[in-house]
Amino acid sequence: MAVVHHEGRSVELASGESVLDGLLRAGIDAPHSCRAGHCQTCLARVVRGDVPVGSQEGLKPTWRALGLFLTCRARPTGDLEMAAPDALGLEVGARIVDVARLSHDVVRLRLTTDAPFEHCGGQFATLVRSDGLARSYSVASLPGRDEFIEMHVRLVTNGAMSGWIARDACVGDRVALRGPAGECFHVPGRREQPLLLIGTGTGLAPLRAIVHDALRDGHTGRIQLVHGALDERGFYLVDELSALAREHANFEYARCMLRGEHLSTTPASPRTSVHVGALDARVRAAFPNLKGWRVFLCGHPELVVALRKWAFIAGAASKDIHADAFVTKPAPLPRTATS
Amino acid sequence: MPSLYEQLGGEPAVAAAVDVFYRKMLTDDRVAHFFDAVDMDGQIAKQKGFLTMVLGGPSNYTGKDMRAGHKHLVARGLNDSHVDVVIEHLGATLAELGVGAAAIAQVAAIANSVRDDVLDRPARTAAAKN
Ligand SMILES: Cc1cc2nc3c(=O)[nH]c(=O)nc-3n(C[C@H](O)[C@H](O)[C@H](O)COP(=O)(O)OP(=O)(O)OC[C@H]3O[C@@H](n4cnc5c(N)ncnc54)[C@H](O)[C@@H]3O)c2cc1C
Ligand code: FES
Repeated sequence: MAVVHHEGRSVELASGESVLDGLLRAGIDAPHSCRAGHCQTCLARVVRGDVPVGSQEGLKPTWRALGLFLTCRARPTGDLEMAAPDALGLEVGARIVDVARLSHDVVRLRLTTDAPFEHCGGQFATLVRSDGLARSYSVASLPGRDEFIEMHVRLVTNGAMSGWIARDACVGDRVALRGPAGECFHVPGRREQPLLLIGTGTGLAPLRAIVHDALRDGHTGRIQLVHGALDERGFYLVDELSALAREHANFEYARCMLRGEHLSTTPASPRTSVHVGALDARVRAAFPNLKGWRVFLCGHPELVVALRKWAFIAGAASKDIHADAFVTKPAPLPRTATS
Repeated sequence: MPSLYEQLGGEPAVAAAVDVFYRKMLTDDRVAHFFDAVDMDGQIAKQKGFLTMVLGGPSNYTGKDMRAGHKHLVARGLNDSHVDVVIEHLGATLAELGVGAAAIAQVAAIANSVRDDVLDRPARTAAAKN
């Protein structure tokens, strides 16, 4: 069986067990969140041994070359010595410059970095708190236009990072950023290609960056943004996006809420609409043919998976479908009721 | 003579063909349930490997991979009728790309040659196959 050496401790992995699972089983507080290869918070570095097959998916080439890997995806066949990645200077120091509420459960966080943080709007970055707690968030701001990096964080019940951001984080607090990663960003060129952007909850964050980026780039094709939420309260940035729809004849902004009535007093703007009902049923009906479209899907993991399959069957080329599933930490196993 | 893979235009053409082929499979109730939506990327990569192989392109597909890669599907009921569906869609995909009937028959024969590996049963002799 493979043995993992980490900070002076050795853990023997069970057959088929991931490095992360082995470390956690041994009581080591290894950083992680999704445990499924999506968030990159479990990043570590191989010091000695072979990089486990399949543990570098989604990592940028420079990181692969440095022997970085995802512990939740790593099932080594031989012994492995690993270390935290921070010694490599992958993190950029950052300072919180603004914390504001965007809705009852979404907080906008703005950061400035000590050194340039090369990224595209819509990619995600790992936010690292001074004690090492790490979670990934999508960038809602537009590099080159905004002087800060903006993230939209939804407050999760008992959430370690989102709870801290919503309640305790203050202007001036120091954090760090690692990344970026992800394929959800605007690619200049093909200006006439129609774009469909569908996001639920804070899945709006990367889509907002992509919409701004495409419009700045002079995109001429249709840009269709659909924001899904459970109810009316889940919509945010409504004024900004409605104004954008007023100004740009090729941009349409639709909101879709699962339940409730549309109560907003915001006057109806051109090219904006509100729908009540299931988001997937709505988009299936509204976009029967996606041949030639570029599609971006962000937010709720199951919905992203289902819509991705739908978009492909509806005709979008696989290379033109970009998705970020906001996979969160799996819920802890329920304790037995007897104890 | 250049392989069908080269005649069609190599890697980019096959990448486009995989989309057509995979879409046909996902929308066919006879086989759609074998595809788990969570791993679309993995499935597209596998089908690209398969198409490259049957078109005579640079492929490192082995019978062993074929067995290992489909064992879990065999356990879920994958049988000859499903392989027939795959070959049917393969032919339809190539026809859409303008490949003639004779070449399609050749590709189908190559696809058929891995049938026993895919279905994880002992390979029959060439004579017994006909
Ligand atoms: C690629 C990527 C991009 C992301 N981008 C964003 C973003 O832009 N904005 C954003 O807000 N989030 C985003 N996330 C999710 C984010 O990384 C965190 O998972 C999330 O903020 C929760 O972290 P936490 O520390 O607050 O909660 P944790 O301490 O990790 O979780 C606490 C508990 O809450 C449960 N839980 C967590 N989330 C939910 C939920 N949604 N519903 C019900 N229970 C839940 C967990 O199972 C756990 O038991 C993204 C995730 C990924 C993988
Ligand atoms: S990528 Fe490993 S925990 Fe999320």
